[in-house]
Amino acid sequence: MLRLDDVSKVYRAGAFGGRELRAVSGVSFDVNAGEVVSLIGESGSGKSTLGRMILRLTPVSSGAITFDGTDIRALRSPKAYYRQVQGVFQDPFSCYNPVFKADRVFAMIKDEYFPRVAAAEWRERVEGALRGVRLDPGQVLGRYPHQLSGGQLQRMLIARAVLLDIRLLVADEIISMLDASTRIDVLNLLADLRAGGLGILFVTHDLSLGTYVSDRTVVLRHGSVVETGPTDLVFANPLHPYTRSLLAAVPRLHARWDEEEADPGETPCPYHGSPEGARTRPGLAEAEPGHFAACSGCAEGAGAPRKLAKEKA
Amino acid sequence: MTTTPAVTEETPVPAVRREALHFALRNGKLVAGLVVVVVFLAAAVVGPMTISYGPNDYVGPAMAAPSGEYWFGTTMFGQDVFAQFVYGLRSTFLVGVLGGGLAALIGMAVGFTAGYRGGLVDEVLNMITNIVLVLPALVVLLVANAYLGVRSIGVQALFIGLTSWPWAARAIRAQTFSLRSRDFVDLARLSGVRTPRIIVREIAPNMSSYLFMTFILLFGGAVLVAASLDFIGLGPTQGVSLGLMLNNAARWSALQLGMWWWFVPPGAGITAVVGALYVMNVGLDEVFNPKLREM
Ligand SMILES: Nc1ncnc2c1ncn2[C@@H]1O[C@H](COP(=O)(O)OP(=O)(O)O)[C@@H](O)[C@H]1O
Ligand SMILES: [Mg+2]
Repeated sequence: MLRLDDVSKVYRAGAFGGRELRAVSGVSFDVNAGEVVSLIGESGSGKSTLGRMILRLTPVSSGAITFDGTDIRALRSPKAYYRQVQGVFQDPFSCYNPVFKADRVFAMIKDEYFPRVAAAEWRERVEGALRGVRLDPGQVLGRYPHQLSGGQLQRMLIARAVLLDIRLLVADEIISMLDASTRIDVLNLLADLRAGGLGILFVTHDLSLGTYVSDRTVVLRHGSVVETGPTDLVFANPLHPYTRSLLAAVPRLHARWDEEEADPGETPCPYHGSPEGARTRPGLAEAEPGHFAACSGCAEGAGAPRKLAKEKA
Repeated sequence: MTTTPAVTEETPVPAVRREALHFALRNGKLVAGLVVVVVFLAAAVVGPMTISYGPNDYVGPAMAAPSGEYWFGTTMFGQDVFAQFVYGLRSTFLVGVLGGGLAALIGMAVGFTAGYRGGLVDEVLNMITNIVLVLPALVVLLVANAYLGVRSIGVQALFIGLTSWPWAARAIRAQTFSLRSRDFVDLARLSGVRTPRIIVREIAPNMSSYLFMTFILLFGGAVLVAASLDFIGLGPTQGVSLGLMLNNAARWSALQLGMWWWFVPPGAGITAVVGALYVMNVGLDEVFNPKLREM
């Protein structure tokens, strides 16, 4: 459904746009219908930039993003695209126009996409969507953004996206604002939607609950994919030191801390330590079916960053 | 006014308007400012109708102090200062509204477009803005006025409007530029809203008091430029304006002669109108900004 092919993004930074900042470089992955792909990486690794490019809010510098085989740059009607692809942003507070009531985000959708739906029926739909994200409609409708909490605003945005029966959702760190019980409700909602055929790009900076519901995982570091594959394979057998350090940072009940402390420097580089024939994607070697990893920054990697041994996040 | 154009089915327009009105009426600053402006506007509209002679007619004794017959006294030549005042108010409002309004329109069109579109469009518009900005506007006005020889309030307002918009465009561009990157603008894009609508319904309401303030300054600026033109003798050949009255009073040494009634009314008139608009602006800010509203 959605395919990213060698996508890069270069921002012009500095006083006169002289400096260049590579926020995303050469990222490729797919999101299929009914599939949850989690995009993991520390903050600043380019996750939001990728999400914004998929949502056509930021132009792609090179490479291509296609939806159902059509390059999204060449789309004739962005409006029709947004009927199928929606996003929920990271910062719920800045998603609301402070001058207006928060429920205007629903009204906008109605104005643009459902002008003929009767007011009463629309209200019913909105209330249904709000209950779906465990919100009491009476408590959030008719209030101003500053009167609502970040979690409430975030869930309203999810409800908004759900109102348009979309096929792909870009969810940018949507559960970091929520408390534990709401998190589970929202994740259950996403699971229901996925069962209905929704594809979800689940963006997160840590290995929170979300990664356990995902089918595939893409680990992003400094704008490039360092490891990707089916979630169970990546988690059971993390190849890249960075993935390992992410995993080690998650406290687990059944394992003691010291068992997690294996020195990543001793393991062979997942790319240069692999047979030539396994290097089937640019910069990535396939260790298991569908499980790819990049160079760990070993001595053989030309111009690669230094060893990651000490970089435990 | 850009009162909450949140046109939705759930909150029908009348309800939204009623709410804004509710807060507007409870705001002392807004009401007080509005009252002053309306009083002066009424004087400008109704005043001249109640006077049977023209503002420049020599109707009374020279240099008479205010009295029951001539409320604001008379000039050195026996013209009725009150008549001049109400006629002058009329042309002042007209020049302010037309000149300031035209400048605001151009400034908004250029500022919003440049700030929202960015890139090449921004660069081209910026260049045009800078050219108009460095043009010695008054000189252009002088030359155009002198050569075209058209001396009506309308033409005066047109020239003022065409030359005084650049700073407004720059200010609006800067504001738009910072608002454009806010997520709610992206959310509107994700909702399929088109650019002009995003500018009008998402960006402009966030700077409504700023826009109003800009208009006030353009209004005041237009009044002052018009007064300067009047002083050099390039004002409207017919009628009066508050600026013309002030300059006449200065020219004939009203201050030194102790004829305070000649220069106080026009000076107070300009100050009161612009000051009241400013107070209204502060009040409007509170009405538009729900956070301020609750304090
Ligand atoms: N509009 C922008 N202009 C310039 N640099 C940007 C812009 N947006 C993001 N960046 C930079 O791109 C990098 C990736 O940012 P982002 O995609 O937000 O990361 P993440 O969401 O993973 O935290 C960061 O270094 C950030 O500073
Ligand atoms: Mg982010």
